[in-house]
Amino acid sequence: MHWRKWEEAIFKALMVISLTLVLASLASILIVVIARGASALSLSMLTQTPKGGYYLGKEGGIANAIVGSLYLALGASFLAILVSLPLAFALQREYTKRRTANLTRLVLDILWGTPSIVYGAFGFVVMQYLGLRASLLGGVLTLTLVILPIMTRAMDEVIRMVPLELKEVSYAAGATTIETTLAVVLRQSLPGIATAMMLAFGRGIGDAASILFTAGYTDYIPHSLFDPVASLPLAIFFQIGTPIPEVQQRAYASALILLIIVLLVSLASRLLSRRLSRHILR
Amino acid sequence: MSHISLRNLKISYDDHEVLHGINVDIPDGQITVVIGPSGCGKTTLLKGLNRLLDLYEEVKVEGQVLIDGVNIYDPQADVLALRKKVGFLPQKPYPLPMSIYDNIAFGPRIHGLSRQQILQQVQELRKNHFSDREYASSAQPAALPTTSREMDLLVEHYLQLAGLWDEVKDRLHAPAAKLSVGQQQRLALARALAVEPDVILADEPTSALDPISAKLVEKQFQLLKQNYTIVVVTHILRQARRIGDYVLFLYLGELVEHGPAAQVFTSPCDERTRAYISGEIS
Repeated sequence: MHWRKWEEAIFKALMVISLTLVLASLASILIVVIARGASALSLSMLTQTPKGGYYLGKEGGIANAIVGSLYLALGASFLAILVSLPLAFALQREYTKRRTANLTRLVLDILWGTPSIVYGAFGFVVMQYLGLRASLLGGVLTLTLVILPIMTRAMDEVIRMVPLELKEVSYAAGATTIETTLAVVLRQSLPGIATAMMLAFGRGIGDAASILFTAGYTDYIPHSLFDPVASLPLAIFFQIGTPIPEVQQRAYASALILLIIVLLVSLASRLLSRRLSRHILR
Repeated sequence: MSHISLRNLKISYDDHEVLHGINVDIPDGQITVVIGPSGCGKTTLLKGLNRLLDLYEEVKVEGQVLIDGVNIYDPQADVLALRKKVGFLPQKPYPLPMSIYDNIAFGPRIHGLSRQQILQQVQELRKNHFSDREYASSAQPAALPTTSREMDLLVEHYLQLAGLWDEVKDRLHAPAAKLSVGQQQRLALARALAVEPDVILADEPTSALDPISAKLVEKQFQLLKQNYTIVVVTHILRQARRIGDYVLFLYLGELVEHGPAAQVFTSPCDERTRAYISGEIS
């Protein structure tokens, strides 16, 4: 009896410790970024592209990186949805034999685990072969490859959770497989699909390695798909490497902006999936 | 009304045979109850009657199920038409992820009924069902021009038929998931009826319900049997006695005994039936 109470206390303590560790690391990241970057954060930082004295810590801002990152992540998310959604449905038992589906899942999991610098190197080789320069197009395509397995597997898992009995209701009414998929399974898994999209977007906007060679970097906002494009992760990377303290501060300000974007996206995804769950039985 | 005959029906999962050659004629216009201990193949038998078993990869069906003389397992058979004709009420109600209204309209919509057909159906139904009962409806179908109200009438009618109308008429567009389980089960009944089946298969339709809701569902079956052939799987003997006109007793995948309820319950021929009815085996 005595031991069972100890056991209870020990495991509770372990949980509290891990929770504290997680919350503390998030808090310390926020504190460091705010402490170092907040003073450099200003309206011109958000709205202006780098000016003449930028790299000496004087004028201009990182609008090029903010807009560039949004272009890259939105473009990649959009392309990834076009492939992920049908693929995630195709992996279900109605459409694909279990063995084939599981093999595909294994491949996607390997792709998920592949470091993004590998994607970057791969994209670079392909672009060289095609005679493409580092550009928005190259960056978007490479980033799409990075987030595609994440988005597909996340969607696949939520779609797999739809109970067979619910699908039976639809089939029993005489619905076809595709009617069941679109009218019942899609609706039932919509909140999870929204979460999967946001998860992939968050991963995409924060990735630096895959776009290092493929998107390049520039002080300007791109005007076409073939222009090079700046991004927040690379802005942080380049600015933090300078010896000038003011520019280093700007790196932390950029990190803060990136954090805020990711935070807003998570919040939006929470709200969206809550709205979409109105009809779902839990 | 439809007549169902099983001819040497054998069903196996992988290599394990669950039903061993069932031969029986299910009477029309009555409630047939299928009783037997758990795991004896009751649900498998029921799902074999509208080919819901097709959804499971590992199931093999031999023998014939004749509905109005047509073998439903014939390779030429139209599964969608079969399922329209043979409605299914699952053990748990599983509301579709949409409003109460859309749950009922789901079947008529996928079968693409025209306004004219719906109007005709409503008028016919009013003549056939409960002609002796007072109708609480305010709408007069004959006086309606071709507005979008046909579907409204249809939805109202089936909700009346399932005894749910009065409880939900003010919130038809609320999520069906918000209903109580008892209401959801009557919604499932209305949803199954809206497809205009000839046969209703019900798999332990009251097992998830409280006694009062269960009584309501049983009452609806009693009212419906004049127009439908009803097959109910139940593990509740008292329920089988209350609603059954004809009884099938399954034991370890074998159809041990079948006959009119009065005969089977009072003077069973087989020793195993007697033992089950008296509660010696369960």
